[in-house]
Amino acid sequence: MTTTTAPASGLVAPRHHTPVRRPSLLRLTGVELRKLADTRAGRWLLITIGLVVVAIVTLLLIYAEDSEQTFFTFFVTSLLPVNVLLPVLGILSITSEWSQRTALTTYALVPRRERVVAAKLIAVVLAALASVLVTLAIASVGTLVASATGGAGTWRVDAALIVNAAIVQVAGVLMGAAFGLLLLNPPLAIVGYLLLPTLWSVLGELVRPLRGAAGWLDTSRTMEPLFTSHVTGEQWGRLVVSLLVWMVLPLAAGLFRTLRREVS
Amino acid sequence: MITVENLTKRYGPHPAVDDVSFQCEPGTVTGFLGPNGAGKSTTMRMICGLTTPTAGRATVAGHPYQDLPNPGREVGVLLDASAQHAGRTGREALTLSAYTMGLDRREVAAKLDLVGLNAVAAKRRVRAYSLGMRQRLGLAHALLGDPRVLILDEPANGLDPEGIFWMRGLLRDFADRGGTVLLSSHLLREVEAVADRLVVIGGGRIVAQGDKNELLAGGGTVVRARDDAALRRALETAGLTAADSTDGLLVQADAEAVGQAAADAGVALAELRPASGGGLEQLFLTLTAGESTKEAVR
Repeated sequence: MTTTTAPASGLVAPRHHTPVRRPSLLRLTGVELRKLADTRAGRWLLITIGLVVVAIVTLLLIYAEDSEQTFFTFFVTSLLPVNVLLPVLGILSITSEWSQRTALTTYALVPRRERVVAAKLIAVVLAALASVLVTLAIASVGTLVASATGGAGTWRVDAALIVNAAIVQVAGVLMGAAFGLLLLNPPLAIVGYLLLPTLWSVLGELVRPLRGAAGWLDTSRTMEPLFTSHVTGEQWGRLVVSLLVWMVLPLAAGLFRTLRREVS
Repeated sequence: MITVENLTKRYGPHPAVDDVSFQCEPGTVTGFLGPNGAGKSTTMRMICGLTTPTAGRATVAGHPYQDLPNPGREVGVLLDASAQHAGRTGREALTLSAYTMGLDRREVAAKLDLVGLNAVAAKRRVRAYSLGMRQRLGLAHALLGDPRVLILDEPANGLDPEGIFWMRGLLRDFADRGGTVLLSSHLLREVEAVADRLVVIGGGRIVAQGDKNELLAGGGTVVRARDDAALRRALETAGLTAADSTDGLLVQADAEAVGQAAADAGVALAELRPASGGGLEQLFLTLTAGESTKEAVR
């Protein structure tokens, strides 16, 4: 080993490097995971997701019928509020780079922007999967408490339901990320994400000719069957079509826009 | 080594950067000068692959920026000190980049120390930083990967005089060890003290570039004598052209030739000195006066 570098004397030595390797996708994903939690806003969003589940389970323990206090109920009821918050995580992960102008640093260090985007998508998917684990854990605690306090406390749950739950949460966070990529502005993306599919639901109810289409395009409807353990072939078909429109399409267009956008 | 070849960027019909070419050699500090809105930042962003040029190309260390496998290890970039997440601490901002580049975590502390951000400052969120502290953090960030090239956009902005002096020493030292520095400024005086070469841009086009001493010496010599008429005759005899200026005669020749001409004619001089800044300063003032209004447009 050679002598160590840079005492605080103000000397900066440009060194000759051995060939530098580009940062691996694993490394970039690690950086993006860290970015999810290293600001107050990000950390609180993650904490809120956990707290929401705790709150739901607690409320069920207090107010639900004893027979309803089962692992199944705790788990499924908690999925929905988490499903509202996860897309916000996806949106902020992408858009904060632009609103906080850190894109200037991020893309100067990794000029292949698609690698950063890929790392961000992997990071938020991991966060969504982690949220399912957290939900499972808190639901388990709820079940234990229920059986100790006179609730049903039954554990019966289909493995397929857990897989479906993971699909719902991953789809949610990716839809958020897709809107973020497309709109590149936090308030715009959050409003757009919340408003557009909802508008669809309303239109689908109001306008008779659209009702058929809404069954295929309204994600709140196409995801509904996933909260049970039995999903038919047609229901899968509807889900795929709706995700193509609300996730894959904005993801592709957003990637195109992000790769070409001027960073300043 | 930075090579810029015919870089051009148009926004609609308006050319922000128009056919700009220059080179920055290892071991030198190049001052990139121009009024606000002249195209300095756009040029620097194009060098760093953040803005796609309409035409032309730029390479750093022989490669287009996008092709550098781990750019932070080759090029230190500071384009805007305010472009940091307000909610991250200074240390966290550097840690993220150190991790991206695959650096030892100890580099973060070393570079924070180097730019004079102490442990208390490093733990504070960037939101609470003054512009000067952000510049120091940005400089620490640029130096983090021990690059051989530095690209700095207005790094002296917000630094106090002591900070500017310190930064000059740091950049001079970096270049003297074989590094390449490109730094921009809208103030001639700010880069004059540290730059070896100057590239002057106005309205998106390069209006002057070359060795600093040559550019600054281009102004000629100011000479004054009690007997003005005799001095004029002496200069005429020596074949030197003299023009009136506010503080004497401005001669397009070096001080030695003017002094000799006066001595030959037996004229006693009251003053003999190189014209300060001369042509370049005049050029720069003209640019600043004419172009500053364009800043608002972009």
